[in-house]
Formats: sequence, C-alpha cells, structure tokens
Amino acid sequence: MGSLVPADVAAESGFFATRTEALINWGRKNSLWPMPLGLSCCGIELMAMIGPKFDISRFGAEAARFSPRQCDLLIVAGTLTWKMAQACRTIYDQMPDPKWVIAMGVCSSTGGMYDSYAVVQGVDSILPVDVYVPGCPPRPDAVIDAMLKLQKRIEREHPLRRITRGPQAHAQETGSGRLDHQPNAGHELTHLDRHPHDPQHMREEAGVR
Amino acid sequence: MSFGGVPDTGGRITAALERVEHEWFVPRDTMPELRIEPRNLHAALAALRDEAQFETVTFITCIDHHPEEPRYEVIWQLNSVTHADRVRITARVSSENASVPTCIDLWPGAAFSERECYDMFGVRFDGHEGLKRLLMPDGYGHHPLRKDFPHQGIQPDRLYREWDRERRREWETEEAR
Ligand code: SF4
Repeated sequence: MGSLVPADVAAESGFFATRTEALINWGRKNSLWPMPLGLSCCGIELMAMIGPKFDISRFGAEAARFSPRQCDLLIVAGTLTWKMAQACRTIYDQMPDPKWVIAMGVCSSTGGMYDSYAVVQGVDSILPVDVYVPGCPPRPDAVIDAMLKLQKRIEREHPLRRITRGPQAHAQETGSGRLDHQPNAGHELTHLDRHPHDPQHMREEAGVR
Repeated sequence: MSFGGVPDTGGRITAALERVEHEWFVPRDTMPELRIEPRNLHAALAALRDEAQFETVTFITCIDHHPEEPRYEVIWQLNSVTHADRVRITARVSSENASVPTCIDLWPGAAFSERECYDMFGVRFDGHEGLKRLLMPDGYGHHPLRKDFPHQGIQPDRLYREWDRERRREWETEEAR
C-alpha cells in the first residue's frame, strides 16, 4: 500500500491523511471486476485462474460478471474473429469508465498463428490494450502477473485530472489513449490499407487494368 | 431392411429416380454417386427422401474447379438411417449463374450448410429466405474458399472501420440532439 496508510500514525490516532487520488487508485486497483471474454482455448485457462486453485480473489478481482455494465477489466481471452469484433467493441463500449483491457494469449495480442482472413490481427487494432500476456495459452499465473502489472499502472494514474483538466489533457499526460481512443478516427483509406495480396491491389501495382 | 445383408442401394435409388433424369457417375470411392442437372435437383432430392428413405442430409458442400467451366460442383451427401447406406449427389453449375434450388423444405437442418456454402463459395440457393453469410461478417465482398481467393486472405478491416465510423456518427447525432 506504500505511502497510502502510514501505519504508525493510523494506529495511534485512529485516522490518517492521504491524497485523494492515492485513495481512489488504491480502491480501484484492489477491486477490479473482470469481464471474461473467453473466445476460445484461452478461456479455459481464464476459468482456472478464477477458480480456487489460482484464485484471483487474493487480488480482489474475483467478481467476474457476465454483464459488461458491471465490469471494469476486459480480459480478451482467445481468438477474436472479425465477425466477433463488432460484438467485442460493443462490449468494451458498454463498460463504464474507468476501464482497462488485458489481451490474454498470442491470439488476442497479435493474431498468433492465425494469419488468416477471418481473424483480427491483434485486438489492439480495435481496442486500447493495457497489458499483453504472451503464451499459447498463458498459464493462469502469467495472467495474474499481468493483473499485478495492471495494478501498478493503476497506482500511477491521476483520476482527478480527468475531471479538473478534461479527458483530452488526461489522456495526453498519462500517455493513455483510453478515454478518447478512436483507432481509426479521421483515417481515410489509402492503398496501404489494402492487403498486399488483394487481387485488385496486385493488378494496380503491376499496372494492369 | 437390409441390416446384415448387402444393401441394394443402387436398385433402390434407380427405382426412386424413375421419373427424374440422372446420371450415374464413376465414384471416387465406394459410395454411389449421381450427377443431376440443377433444374432436376429438387425433384430428385424429394424422391430420394420420400421413396428411397434417405431421411437425413449429412452435409452440403462445394468444390471449385477454377478455371474449368462449369466451375462449381455442389455436393449433397444423404444418409439413410433405415437402410444404413449413403449416396452422394453432385451438380455442376457455371460461374455466371451459380445457383441451385434449396432443400430446406425437405430437410430444415440443411439451412446452415447452405448458408456456409454460400458464404464460402458464393453459390446461391434459390428459395432459401435467410441466405446470408454464416462465418464472415455481412458485407464482406469475397468468398474465401474460392480458388481465386488470395492465399493469405483479405482482411475485412475496412468493413469494421466503416461500421465503427457509422456507429460514431450515430452517437454524435444523438449527442447533438
Ligand atoms: S493463444 Fe493459443 S490457447 Fe489462446 S486462444 Fe490462441 S490458440 Fe488458443
């Protein structure tokens, strides 16, 4: 808990003084509510992580809800297909702020071995991701490690600046694009957006009409 | 019933298809195989179900013979529970008019197979009301199992971006209201 509770002061006087932000962050990081989005095999490891053997309730994150409106930590566990991408983005948008995302496994981090027309090549092309977990599948302890890293990150956030200086400034200061993340906003399509093996693209490159 | 004996599949099928034009095909394996013109297909499938007791359709699939014409070969594999045998029906359709009649009025469970076949090969099933994509997002302009589809695939990210932009526009107008 670091500087949050000076133990001797608290013990003697029965109260302590701290920064509001530290208190908010302390509360947030120790009560993450994960939204388990188990899309394929990684979902099994995710279940193991929630279960009693690995037990994420030791870190205050055991309340896995299956409604995005009650969650603040999206764990994308598995292969995200483009058909599912719209649903995944909708789930993310339905989660109330503040919210964080863990990309669990190589599939959701980079597309993994599925270099395929059907699979999103990394969920970061549709969502802002906070922590990536490598592995196929990662062991539950690796995901718990990711959660601890995320807790460290939450500790450094400045929740009040969002209110006092506006979301844009906050996003710039913390380096997080989370609040106004619009991956493709204002992005007009160029020839680079085309897949290099798109037949139309190949014809144009070769100068064939 | 022919459990224990050699089922007379050929005789049963020939009897059922008395009034339907059909052609026995040199089988690729031990399964009897029929080639039927697309216009006769529905009558043939109905006769096979009702008269030859092929109660279930195991799968419907397609082969792309690109660049040959007629390009697509649609395949129905039927299974008879009563007689414990199978038959394979094939129909060749050209790329200009890649369509065959639907059989969901005979086997309602064929609907998903037909949708998958349409999604992957672009073969239309006439009379199938809800013939839309099954595995790829709606609006994806390609059919991935066609032979001229690039090996590395075409990512539907443009489609996603359009959807995303459309959605944001809706939000903005909502906020402005
Ligand atoms: S990373 Fe491996 S285990 Fe996880 S979803 Fe992908 S293929 Fe399955």
